Amino acid sequence: MTTTELAPQRKSPRPRPKALSHKGRIISYAFLTLSIIPILVGYAWLIIATVSTRTRGLLPINSEGGIGGLTLSNWDFVFESEIWSAMLNSFLIAVAMVIGVGIASTSGGYALSRFKFAGRKAFLTGTLVLHAFKAEMLLIAIFFVLRWLGDIPVIGSYIGFNTIGGVALVMVALELPLGIWLMKGFFDNISWDMERAAMIDGASRFRVWWQIMLPQVRPGIAALSLFTFIAGWNAYLVPFTFTIGTKVANMPVFLNQLISDTAPVNWNEVAAVGLFQMIPLIIFFIFTQELLLNIYAGGSKGT
Amino acid sequence: MTEEQREQVLEAEGDALSRAVIGAPKQPRSSLGRRVRSTASSYGFLTPAIALVITFFLVPGVLLLILSFTDLSSSNFSDPWNFVGLSNYERLFTDPFFPKILRNTVFYVFTTLIFFNLGLALVLALVTTNIPRRQGFFFRLVWLLPRLTPSVVYILMWKRIASADPFGIYNQFMPEVLGASGGNLFLGGSPWSFVILTNGFIGASFGMIIFTSALMSIPDDLITAAKVDGANTWRIIRDIKLPLIKWPLLFIATYQTLSLLTSFEYILLLTEGGPGLFTTEVWALTAYKRAFSSYFGNSQWAYGATWAVVLVTVALIMAIVYVKIFKFNELVEEPRIENL
Repeated sequence: MTTTELAPQRKSPRPRPKALSHKGRIISYAFLTLSIIPILVGYAWLIIATVSTRTRGLLPINSEGGIGGLTLSNWDFVFESEIWSAMLNSFLIAVAMVIGVGIASTSGGYALSRFKFAGRKAFLTGTLVLHAFKAEMLLIAIFFVLRWLGDIPVIGSYIGFNTIGGVALVMVALELPLGIWLMKGFFDNISWDMERAAMIDGASRFRVWWQIMLPQVRPGIAALSLFTFIAGWNAYLVPFTFTIGTKVANMPVFLNQLISDTAPVNWNEVAAVGLFQMIPLIIFFIFTQELLLNIYAGGSKGT
Repeated sequence: MTEEQREQVLEAEGDALSRAVIGAPKQPRSSLGRRVRSTASSYGFLTPAIALVITFFLVPGVLLLILSFTDLSSSNFSDPWNFVGLSNYERLFTDPFFPKILRNTVFYVFTTLIFFNLGLALVLALVTTNIPRRQGFFFRLVWLLPRLTPSVVYILMWKRIASADPFGIYNQFMPEVLGASGGNLFLGGSPWSFVILTNGFIGASFGMIIFTSALMSIPDDLITAAKVDGANTWRIIRDIKLPLIKWPLLFIATYQTLSLLTSFEYILLLTEGGPGLFTTEVWALTAYKRAFSSYFGNSQWAYGATWAVVLVTVALIMAIVYVKIFKFNELVEEPRIENL
């Protein structure tokens, strides 16, 4: 990806040649529409379910079995304090991840893009291979690591087992391979000239990185932050495995507790909580749509 | 394109051109001191990344290996490091369901990869970049929704689509088509198709985004020129577009194979490996269940770790094979612009 792609694209002065014939266009739209039907149907149900007592197919059903029975009682959870503390925890984990992944990926990606050093190739290939060690597989062992980290004096109580910090750290490590490749791709596309000029003027590497390079890869940082935030916001397995009780539960853990309770599950409430969890993301998404849809390639093309 | 960026591009092109014409400028030979300093500062920049990799990949990886030689479980937690040699491995390879789980895993990974994470992703990217920009954008947006949805709710949606009468959405609208009997589609019919569909609908969007950016960066001139020469859509795709997005394709193939191999969250939520005995159980799920759920009334951490070790080993070998076959080394070329 070149830097130019990330800039808001202006309409080119010449109209693009018509891409498809009439027939081709009909086939394209038919295919795309068919492909999203399951998704649209699923979300239609989700929205209907959150305001009904029961559903039958896509129809809300009242206690007599007729159509009707709309209710807002599924949304009562917004008055509970637990949901807000879960939301705060979700937010803290996501923000901590954005910061952590941001620092480690921008600095690591810069080094991998600009320096020759022993072990560079091994590190880059290794980062890709690290993906084989998804945290899901290492959960058992990370449990021990977190308990050891918890024994460190002073900071231990912030990054050990059953802390927000510990969960965030594990998740940061998880996102790191993608982040490093992505940022390296972005740095690779930045011209060397400004950096060289600054260094000739006597600026340190750190200053060059901080004051000159980082502002230039802002689209990359924004993209990475966005995806990290989503990953952190929706994280379930890691927080679920490494936290106990509701004090440090995040939104997805809260949501899953609704299901694992011994009482009969109110699936419509589950749907409502799920939709509630999505709302901040969707708002976020609407404001950053262009960015979100044009990302990733920086890391994948590699040149 | 802003003025500043245009300048950058022009400069870069100019540089490349002059290099091509007059050869690369002679670089001063780096002195030993400079090389040492460069290596030192590069490790400085890499410190956060390396610290995280060591703490959360390397140490746990080694620990996992050690654990697999013990008999640690929730019942003997007070005496953690009791070594039992290779007995966990013996147990794993003689497990009566081992062949079935292996077959399931291979089937699940490659079917999902080929039909969705690579195939559908590529088709979606090609089609949405071939229609007007706004519309293409809309369809990609809808395709991204599953990725934003909490996993529990996403699976709940699919369960509702597939449920038996009178709750199922599919049964409500298409009672007689495709032999729908009014029963539960995924329990009665084919659980695998739902496992693959649910995972594929999430997996496809990742490739779709990468391929889309890659396709969008192909210069219009190339396509126009081919059209002038009389190439049809299919030939343009085959001879121009596909070769130009080779790297993203290979990257996604590798990345997604590993993702699929080690992921199990959606299967856990959808079928828990059922219905019945191990029908849709994949390797990663077995590892998780053995270690964390009280499947036999007791969390067998060491035995779960053994499954994880074997899986990670397989994944590592596959990653290295991919890297070799696809010549990823070309992707990690030395930077050309190190010395002043």
